[in-house]
Amino acid sequence: MATAHSKSAARIMIAPAVFVLLVWMLIPLLMTLYFSFADYRPLRGTFDAWIGFDNYVRFLTSSSFMSALITTLWMVAGILSITIIGGVLLALLLDQPMYGQGFVRILVIAPFFVMPTVSALVWKNMFFNVDNGLFSYLFKGLGFQPYDFLSQSPLLSIIVIVAWQWLPFATLILLTAVQSLDSEQLEAAEMDGAPALSRFRFIILPHLSRAITVVILIQTIFLLSIFAEIFVTTNGAFGTRTLTYLVYQRVLESQNVGLGSAGGIIAVILANVIAIFLMRIVGKNLDN
Amino acid sequence: MARAITTQKKVMWTALAWAFGLAIFFPILWTFLTSFKTEATAIADPPVWFLFDWTTENYTAVQERSNYPKALMNSIIIAVGSTLLGILIAVPAAWAMAFVPGRRTKDVLLWMLSTKMLPAVGVLYPLVLLAKWLGVMDSRILLVVVLMLINLPIIVWMLYTYFREIPGEILEAARMDGASLSSEILYVLTPMAVPGIASTILLNIILAWNEAFWTILLTTVNAAPLTAFIASFSAPEGLFYAKLSAASMLAIAPILVMGWFSQKQLVRGLTFGAVK
Repeated sequence: MATAHSKSAARIMIAPAVFVLLVWMLIPLLMTLYFSFADYRPLRGTFDAWIGFDNYVRFLTSSSFMSALITTLWMVAGILSITIIGGVLLALLLDQPMYGQGFVRILVIAPFFVMPTVSALVWKNMFFNVDNGLFSYLFKGLGFQPYDFLSQSPLLSIIVIVAWQWLPFATLILLTAVQSLDSEQLEAAEMDGAPALSRFRFIILPHLSRAITVVILIQTIFLLSIFAEIFVTTNGAFGTRTLTYLVYQRVLESQNVGLGSAGGIIAVILANVIAIFLMRIVGKNLDN
Repeated sequence: MARAITTQKKVMWTALAWAFGLAIFFPILWTFLTSFKTEATAIADPPVWFLFDWTTENYTAVQERSNYPKALMNSIIIAVGSTLLGILIAVPAAWAMAFVPGRRTKDVLLWMLSTKMLPAVGVLYPLVLLAKWLGVMDSRILLVVVLMLINLPIIVWMLYTYFREIPGEILEAARMDGASLSSEILYVLTPMAVPGIASTILLNIILAWNEAFWTILLTTVNAAPLTAFIASFSAPEGLFYAKLSAASMLAIAPILVMGWFSQKQLVRGLTFGAVK
C-alpha cells in the first residue's frame, strides 16, 4: 500500500529524528577529533591547531593509560561475572514454583531503579565505612578486624556497588529468556533420567546463550562509561581510574583538552568494537 | 503423595527465593530504616533494626536545606521535559518506519542505535564548550536537550517495536471504509498506540531521572537535579547518615514505584527487541 506519496511523507516524518541525531553525533565528535590533533590547554592559553599524532602517542604510551585500561577491564570483567552468574542462578530460582513470586521479583528488580549517586553513597557510608559501616559491625561481631573496603580494596568495592545495580537487569532479561523455554523438552529429559546438572548444561544453557550474549554486550557498553559511582566514592584514586575517568580528568580537571580528546577518540573506538557485535545480533533479530 | 512433595518443594523454593530477594533489597530497606532514625541511632553499635523511636526529623531537615526543592524541581523538569521532547520527535519517525518501511529503514534504526553507544567522554569537552558559547551552561534547557538526545534512540526503538505489533489489516479495513489518512491516524491508530507510548514515556523518565554523567558535569547550581544534589553528600560534615538516607529515599522513591510498573517494558526497551 506504500505509495510514492506516503513514502515522501514518511521521509519527512523521519527527518527530524535523523537530523538531531546526526548533528548530535557529528558536531561534538568532529570537534573532539579536531582537538585530538591540537595542543590545546585553555588554562595556559596554549592553542596549536596541528601537532600530528603527538597526543595519541603520549596518551597511549603513558603509564596512566595502561593502568586505566587494566582497571577498566577488571571492573567490567568483575561486574559481568557477578551479574551473569548471579543472574542465571536467580532467573532459574525465580522460575521455580513459589509463593509470592511477583513480590520477590519486585525486591530483586529494585536496585536497578536506584540512581547511581544514591547507591554509591549508601554503600560507601552505610556498608563499607570502616567506623560505622554495617560490614564493620558484622566483622566485629564475628570477631574479625573491621576492614576498610574502599581504601583496602577500592576496585572490588566499586565492582560490588555497580554489580548490585546491574544484577537486576541481567536477572530480568535472563528470566524472560528462561520463561520462553519449552517446558516439554525439559520434562522429557527429566523422564529420561537426565540429572539436573546435565539438563542445565545441555538444554537450559544453550537456550540462554543468546540472552546472555545480549546482556554481556549491553552491559559492557554501559559499564565502559561508569562515572558517578567512581566520582562519589574514590574520585579515581587508589587504582580505580578507568579509561572514562582518565579522559574526564585530562579534559576537565587538568584541562589538557588535546590529550584528553585523543583519549576520548580511543574510548570511542574501543566502544565501537563492542557495539559492532551487538548491532549484528540486533540487526539479525530485526529481520524475523 | 506427589502433591505433598510438590508443596514441600514449593515451600523450599519460596524460602530460598525470599531470602535472596530480601538480601538484594536489603540496602534499600536499610536506607529506609535509617532515614527514620536520629543521627545517633543511625550509627549505634550494635545496629538497631526496627525498635527505635521513629522520627521524621530527617525528612524535614532535608526539605529545609535550601537546594533540595530546587533539585527536585530540576529533576522533574529535566526528566519529564527531555522525555516529552523525545516523544515529540520520535513518534512520527517510529510511525513512518513501522508503517511505511523502506529499503533503508533497518539501516536507519541500527544507525540510531549506534549513536547511543557513543561514549559520553568522547564528546565531553565539545559539549561543555558549545554550552558555554551558547550561554546555556548550567541551565535546564541544556539538560533537557542533552538527555533527550542520548535517550532518543531508545525512544524511537521502543515505539517502533510497539507500532510494528499493530496489525496492518486494520488500516486496510479503515481505508476500505473510506477513512482519510488523517482520520486513519487519529481514530484507528492512535488508540492502539497509546499503551506503547505510555510505557515508553515511563521507562524514559526513569532513565533520565537516574542519568548521572551529564547531569553532574553540566550543572553547578541552577540546574543541578537530584543526582547532583545527592553527590554533594560525598563530602560529609559531621553526622549525616540519617539525613543522607532521607535524601536518598526522597530521590529514589517515586522512580522505584514507577520502575516496578515498568518491569516488562524494561526488557523490551533496553534489549532493543533482541530478547523477547
